[in-house]
Amino acid sequence: MNMNASVARLNDSVGDETQRNEAEVAIDAKINSIYYGKFRAVRDSHVPIRKGEITGFIGPSGCGKSTVLRSLNRMNDLIPIFKMDGDVHFMGQDIYAPSIDPVLVRRHIGMVFQQPNPFAMSIYDNVAFGLRINRFKGDMDERVEGALRQAALWDEVKDKLKQSGLALSGGQQQRLCIARAVAPGPTVLLMDEPCSALDPIATRKIENLMHDLKEHYTVAIVTHNMQQAQRVADTTAFFSVDISDGQRCGHLVEMGRTNELFENPREELTRKYIRGEFS
Amino acid sequence: MAGMQNLEQTQVFNLARKPYNRDTLVNYIFTGTLFGVAVIGAIPLFSVLYMLITRGSSRLNWDLFTQLPPAGFMSGGGIGNAIVGTLVMIAIACLFSVPLGVMGGVLTGSLAPKSRTARTVRFIAKVMSGFPSILAGVFVYALLVVGLGTYSALAGGIALAILMLPIILLTSEQAVSMVPQRMKDAAFGMGCTHGQVVTKVVLPTAMPAILTGIMLSIARAAGESAPLLFTALFSNFWIRGLIEPTASLSILIYNFSGMPFPNQIELAWAGSLVLVLIVFAFNVLSRIIGRPRY
Amino acid sequence: MKSVMSGAKNDDEFSPSAPSFYDVLSDRGVRWIAFGAGGIVVFLGLYIIFEIASAASPAIKEYGLRFFVDTRWDVSRQEFGILAEIWGTLYSSLLALLIGGSFGVGIALFLSQGYLPNRLSQIFRLVVEMLAAIPSVVYGLWGIYVVIPALRPVAAWLHEYFGFIPLFSTSLSGPGLAPAVIVLSIMILPTVAAISQDAFAQVPQKVKEAAYGMGATRKQAILKVILPTASSGVMGAIVLGFGRALGETMALAMLIGNVNQVSLSLFAPAKTLASLLASNFPEAGQVELAALMYAALALLFITVVVNAIGAYIMSLSKKQEAI
Repeated sequence: MNMNASVARLNDSVGDETQRNEAEVAIDAKINSIYYGKFRAVRDSHVPIRKGEITGFIGPSGCGKSTVLRSLNRMNDLIPIFKMDGDVHFMGQDIYAPSIDPVLVRRHIGMVFQQPNPFAMSIYDNVAFGLRINRFKGDMDERVEGALRQAALWDEVKDKLKQSGLALSGGQQQRLCIARAVAPGPTVLLMDEPCSALDPIATRKIENLMHDLKEHYTVAIVTHNMQQAQRVADTTAFFSVDISDGQRCGHLVEMGRTNELFENPREELTRKYIRGEFS
Repeated sequence: MAGMQNLEQTQVFNLARKPYNRDTLVNYIFTGTLFGVAVIGAIPLFSVLYMLITRGSSRLNWDLFTQLPPAGFMSGGGIGNAIVGTLVMIAIACLFSVPLGVMGGVLTGSLAPKSRTARTVRFIAKVMSGFPSILAGVFVYALLVVGLGTYSALAGGIALAILMLPIILLTSEQAVSMVPQRMKDAAFGMGCTHGQVVTKVVLPTAMPAILTGIMLSIARAAGESAPLLFTALFSNFWIRGLIEPTASLSILIYNFSGMPFPNQIELAWAGSLVLVLIVFAFNVLSRIIGRPRY
Repeated sequence: MKSVMSGAKNDDEFSPSAPSFYDVLSDRGVRWIAFGAGGIVVFLGLYIIFEIASAASPAIKEYGLRFFVDTRWDVSRQEFGILAEIWGTLYSSLLALLIGGSFGVGIALFLSQGYLPNRLSQIFRLVVEMLAAIPSVVYGLWGIYVVIPALRPVAAWLHEYFGFIPLFSTSLSGPGLAPAVIVLSIMILPTVAAISQDAFAQVPQKVKEAAYGMGATRKQAILKVILPTASSGVMGAIVLGFGRALGETMALAMLIGNVNQVSLSLFAPAKTLASLLASNFPEAGQVELAALMYAALALLFITVVVNAIGAYIMSLSKKQEAI
């Protein structure tokens, strides 16, 4: 099998083929434009997130990768001037349809943020938060323990569940946030540069954790670190930004299997970025 | 770990809004409650303004500003002496409180912000800003009214000054401490003395914010009545000197509000309208002055 | 331009000089004036307390602690006590805090949690600021001619059908606790609203995002995350609003009826420490004056303690923010 053929086949698989085979795609985002007020922040990006995989978003700063990620669970609704043209399909429903409740969307598509942001509550209450707002009736202790184990934090905190979540170290706080996000059992987990505020050791722990999370959840992760994308992502989406008359507008350049994208990118822009010719 | 194998989950959730879902319903009720709270909270303001305009404006004419208050059953009359009295006492209050407050603010905000003196001054100013306003009247009564043997505009003015002083001091401190250190460094670097830095750089830069504080404190003092009640008392005549009982708008409203004569009650409303306009005017002035210039 | 350039090089008519005598004097002057001003402020603050205390000392010697448990204020018998006034002050302030405090926090939430478009919420903020700017006598006048007449039928109905509840055990004949409390709540509402708005503004965006990102509804995010995170700031706002209510004078003097009795009824007239001072001071004789000064001292003490508690709670919230 020669290289070009495999690339072509792969591109098919993440592009058209996925559409034919809908069961493979967890979230299918077709974004024509995202506006903040009059400013067009993102254009023409079709981003299918494949089920059971980790999809990495990379690209230079200002390329809209975080904006796209946050539009996948309607977090951008919290910004009053946000407007999107396009549709995002999740479980066969366009989550931007007027009939859809954004609160329900966010309960199924969880999110982990750049800065660890535990609530000013105990570790236990942080993890139980999502279960309580969903009025979980079962064994709360078991669920909390399960979530903390999934986040590889259980052994470190099992003796101090009543302590404040804010007393943990940065890396532990971020894993607590992951536990909090997975506790109510979402289908998809969005991670917005989850390691950018952490030191290398804590980063490594989270990366290892992500391979386990993949067993249970579909994951999309924004990272500014190409090595990280190579280490964790199955599929990688490369975004870039074009600057015309002072306006910056981000867009998807290409998307493919991670090793293919890094070894043999289709686009010249991708090649330059990977070689570190711009950032 | 049961229920966490979300990849094998075959059940498809319906993400549509469920208007009768408990969470959604409770959220709507909560929003409605907050909306109701805000509307009910705003009603008093509009009711007060409505009353002021409908009841007060009927007497809003030249006589109101030039005539003296009428006695018992008399008709007509105005509140001229009370307006003058209020303005005179505010002027006296400014005379005492502005220099003290601003220089005190320079001390705590710029000259020696971390010194023990500054901390003491700041502490006392904060304590004073929490004093009930009537206590300023009680203090000045014991000090000046008893001392001078008479109620006076001077006593009223000083009582108001005691209320204004901590406000001016604390806002000036805030204003002065906002002057960037690099600006002061530049002046020191050119060989300015500390005094020159204060008078030539710190005060001019902080002046808009200081004036804002002064205007706000005047707006507060203009509406005060408790400290004037037994310091300036009231008078039915034009002011002739500073050491005699003096009329003020707020005390006129207080006195006339309880009278059984419609004429006086009308004047109380008209006086309230004028007083509110004066207070609002100083509030607006503080906003205009406080707008950053650079 | 040219002359300046050359001047800097070799014109020796101008060179930096040592500060002149005048410069040194003005430098010292500014310092002296500033320290002098600070000194006067400290002296004044302490002297106010000293002056009131010394004017009260005859009454302190005469009545001692009995002053606080006696409900009589009898000028002819020279028997003075402020139990009724303390009761009236605390009762009216607590009720006002219950109403004004919850409205203040509610309005702060309404204005800070994205319920309104930016411009509308700015207009609404202006409404709250105007509410704060209206003088106390004007509220008093409004209370007499708007609140009391509006309240009278409500009070009569409540008294008739629910008279067995102590709160409604008397009818409203005119001035009384209820109109005073209503006006007092309006007066503390802006204080509570402004300070708690600041507290809500200090809740970091990332915490709000975390709550909404979990799929919390707005109500859940507010009640479970935002309010608890801002709790110490909100508590501080409420305590400072309480301090404001305790010292409020004129509106209460005009509306509360000035009768010293201890009653639970909302419609009975009452008296507060501040309204006692306002109504009795001008005509007081020597002995009553000392008793009034004693009452003033009690009021001073209560408000300073309450404000200190408020400031302490606020400082806790600042510290928390630093972590």
